[in-house]
Amino acid sequence: MTGTRAPILFAIIFGLLLLVGFAQSWSLALAIFNLCLISAVMALGLNIQWGYAGLFNVGVMGFAALGGMTAVLVSYPPVAEAWAAGGSGILVSLILSLLTVAALVFAYRKMPKGNLRRVVMAAILVVAYLVVRYVYDPAVNAIESTNPAATGFLGGMGLPIIFSWLLGGVVAAGVAWLIGKISLGLRSDYLAIATLGISEIIIAMLKNEDWLTRGVKNVVGLPRPVPYEVNLQQAAWFNEWANTLGVSVVEFSSVFVKLCYAGLFAAVLLIVLWLSETALRSPWGRMMRAIRDNEVAANAMGKNVTARHLQIFVLGSAVIGIAGAMLTTLDGQFTPGSYQPLRFTFLVWVMVIVGGSGNNWGAILGGFLIWFFWVEAEPIGVWFMQTVTAGLPDGNAFKDHMLDSASHLRHIVVGLILLLTLRFAPRGLIPEVKR
Amino acid sequence: MDILNAIVLLFNFIIIPALSYGSQLALGALGVTLIYGVLRFSNFAHGETMAFGAMVTILVTWLFQSWGLHLGPLPTALIALPFGILAAVAVVLATDKMVYRYYRRKKSPGIIFLIASIGVMFIMNGMIRVIIGPDDQNFADGERFIFTAGQFREWSGLSEPLVLRSTQAITIILAIVICAALFWFLNRTRSGKAMRAYSDNEDLALLSGIDPDRVVMIAWILAGALATVAGVLYGLDKSFKPFVYMQLLLPIFASAILGGVGNPLGAIAGGYIIAFSEVAITFAYRKFFGYLLPDSMAPDGLVQLLSTDYKFAVSFIILVLVLLIKPTGIFAGKTL
Repeated sequence: MTGTRAPILFAIIFGLLLLVGFAQSWSLALAIFNLCLISAVMALGLNIQWGYAGLFNVGVMGFAALGGMTAVLVSYPPVAEAWAAGGSGILVSLILSLLTVAALVFAYRKMPKGNLRRVVMAAILVVAYLVVRYVYDPAVNAIESTNPAATGFLGGMGLPIIFSWLLGGVVAAGVAWLIGKISLGLRSDYLAIATLGISEIIIAMLKNEDWLTRGVKNVVGLPRPVPYEVNLQQAAWFNEWANTLGVSVVEFSSVFVKLCYAGLFAAVLLIVLWLSETALRSPWGRMMRAIRDNEVAANAMGKNVTARHLQIFVLGSAVIGIAGAMLTTLDGQFTPGSYQPLRFTFLVWVMVIVGGSGNNWGAILGGFLIWFFWVEAEPIGVWFMQTVTAGLPDGNAFKDHMLDSASHLRHIVVGLILLLTLRFAPRGLIPEVKR
Repeated sequence: MDILNAIVLLFNFIIIPALSYGSQLALGALGVTLIYGVLRFSNFAHGETMAFGAMVTILVTWLFQSWGLHLGPLPTALIALPFGILAAVAVVLATDKMVYRYYRRKKSPGIIFLIASIGVMFIMNGMIRVIIGPDDQNFADGERFIFTAGQFREWSGLSEPLVLRSTQAITIILAIVICAALFWFLNRTRSGKAMRAYSDNEDLALLSGIDPDRVVMIAWILAGALATVAGVLYGLDKSFKPFVYMQLLLPIFASAILGGVGNPLGAIAGGYIIAFSEVAITFAYRKFFGYLLPDSMAPDGLVQLLSTDYKFAVSFIILVLVLLIKPTGIFAGKTL
C-alpha cells in the first residue's frame, strides 16, 4: 500500500456502507458488503492474470459459472433414480471421450507428419464421435426424463457446500489449463476474443446439458454453510440474545446470517490476498512482471514465457472459480441463465482497472467500490430521475418511462467511472507499487 | 424428384438463412475491420453501436407508422434507416472526440483503446436500456413473404416447401448494394484511397500529406453506418433484443479475423463462411437423408452434428483453427 491514500479510500467505502446501514437498512448494507467481498475475490483473480502478467482474459463469466456449477455438484444430494437410469452411460461415454483424446495424442506423437497422420486422426475423431453419441444420447434422455419436474439430473455428491469453494477453484483451474493450452499462444486482442467465446460456450453448456446442471430449469434450495433464519428465530438462546440487544428477532436473524457469510467470505478474501501478496513479492512475482513488461527480454533471459502464462492463467481462473462457488453458495441457487458478460466479465474488468491493475489492494478496493455503485446506482438513479422529471405531472408517460428505467442508469454510471479513471488516473485509484 | 426435394430442403433451411445471416455478419465485420485497420484496436462497443442504430431506426419507424407513412410491401424501417444511421454516426463521432482521440494523441497501445471501448460499451448499453428498455421489440411490417410455402408447392409440384421471407431478400440485396458502394468508395475515391493508404502504412501516409483526423472520421462514419444497417437487418430478420447484439460480437470478430483483420474483402468472406458453418453444422439432416437414401437406410436420429444451442462453439472453433493455422486470416490481413 502506498502512503495514506489506500486507507483513506477504504475508509470512504466503509463509511458509505455504514451510511447505507443507517439510511436504508443494516440487512441491505450487509448484503452489499457480502457481494463486495465476493467481487473483491473475483477481482483479485483477474488482477493475477491482467495485473501480474498482462493476460487479457475476457472469460471471467465462464470460470465464475464453473465455480457455481461445482457448488451444485458438491452440495446437492445425489439423485439415485437418475444414476440408475443413465449414470453408467454417462460414465462410459466420459471414459470413451478420454480414450479418444489419448488415441489422438498417441497418433499425433507417434506417426510421421503428413497426410496419413491427418487421415488417421480424422478417422479416429469421426468413429469416436459416432460411438460416444451412441452411448451418450440414450443415457442423457434416460436421466432427463427421470422425474423432470423435480430433478431430471444426476444431482451432486451431497457434501457440505463449503467444500465446493476449494473444488470450484480446482474445476476452474482444470478447464483453464485446457483452454490455456489451446489459446495462450495468442496475443492480446486474439486472446480477448477467444476467451470471450469460451465463456459463452461454457454458459451454453451449463444451460443445455440438463443431465449435469438441470440447465435453465435451475437448481434451487442448495444447502447452506450457515444457519437458517427460521431456525434461529425459534432458538431460545437467539431470542434471549436479541432481547438483550433490544432488536427485533426477525431482523436480527437476517443480520446474523449475513454476518456469518461475511465472516466466511472475509476469511477466504484474506487467505487469497495473503497468498497473492506473498507471490507478488517473491522472485516468481518479479519474473512475472519482467515477462509482462518485456516478453522478449524475459525470454532471452531464459524464462519460459508460455509456461508461465499458462501457470498464471490457471491460478487466476482458480481464484475466479472460488469466487463463483461462493456466489452460488450465497444465492442458494444456480441459475445458468443469469450469467451475462456485462455483469460477470466486464464489470470485474472495471473493478480491476479502476482499483489499480497490478495492485492487490487496488483490486479489492475496485471490487468494493464498483459493486457498491452497481447496487446503489438504482436508488440514486430513482432519485436523479425524480429530480429531473420533477416539473412533470404524475402519470405523465415520459416521467413514468424514465422512472421505470432508472435502474439501467447503473450501466452508464459504471461506464463513466471506467472512462474517467482511464483518462485521469490510468494506473487506477491505488496504483501498482514500483519495486 | 427426391433429389429436387432434398435440394429445396437445403435451400430452405441452410442456404437462404445462411445467406441472410452471413450478410448481417459481413456488414458487422466490415465495421470492425475498418476500425481495426485505421485505429488499430478491437472495438468491443461495436455490438452496442449496432443496437443503438437499430434502436433509433425502430423509434423513427414507430413515428412514421403513427403518421400512417408506409412503404407498401417494403418494411417502413427502410425509410427510417437513414435516421438511424445519422444517430449512430453522431454517437460514434462523439465517443471518438470525447474518448478515443485523447489516447490517439498519446499514442496509447491498442489494449488501452480496447479497455476504453468497454467503457463506451457500458454507457451505450445503459443508454439503450434507458431509452427503449431491455425487452424484445418487433418493428417489421409490410409484406412478410415474397413467396409462401403454399405458393411454392403449387408452382413447383414438389412436396418440400420453400419460403422466401421479404426480410431475407432485402438483407441479401441491401448487403450486396452496400458492399459494392463501399468497395467503389475504397478503391475509386480520393478519401477511400487515403484511408487504405493510412491503414497500410501510417507513417508513409502522413508523409504524403494525408490528414489523419479526416481518415479517422471517415472510418467512424463508415463503421457507424455499416453497424446500423447490420443491426436493423438483423432486427428485421429475427427480432430486436438489445443484449443479443452483444452475443453477435463473437461471430462478428470471428468473421473479421477469419478473413484477415483490416481486410474488407476478407470480412465479407469471413461473414459468409461463419454463417454457413454455423447453420450447416447445427442443422438436423434427418429429412435430407430421408429423401436421398432408400427407406430402409433412412436414419432414425436427427443426424445433427451439434445442437443449435452451441452455435457459438462453431464460430469459436473456426476462430481458433484459423489463429493456429494461419494467424493472418484467409486474405492476408494484419496480425493483431
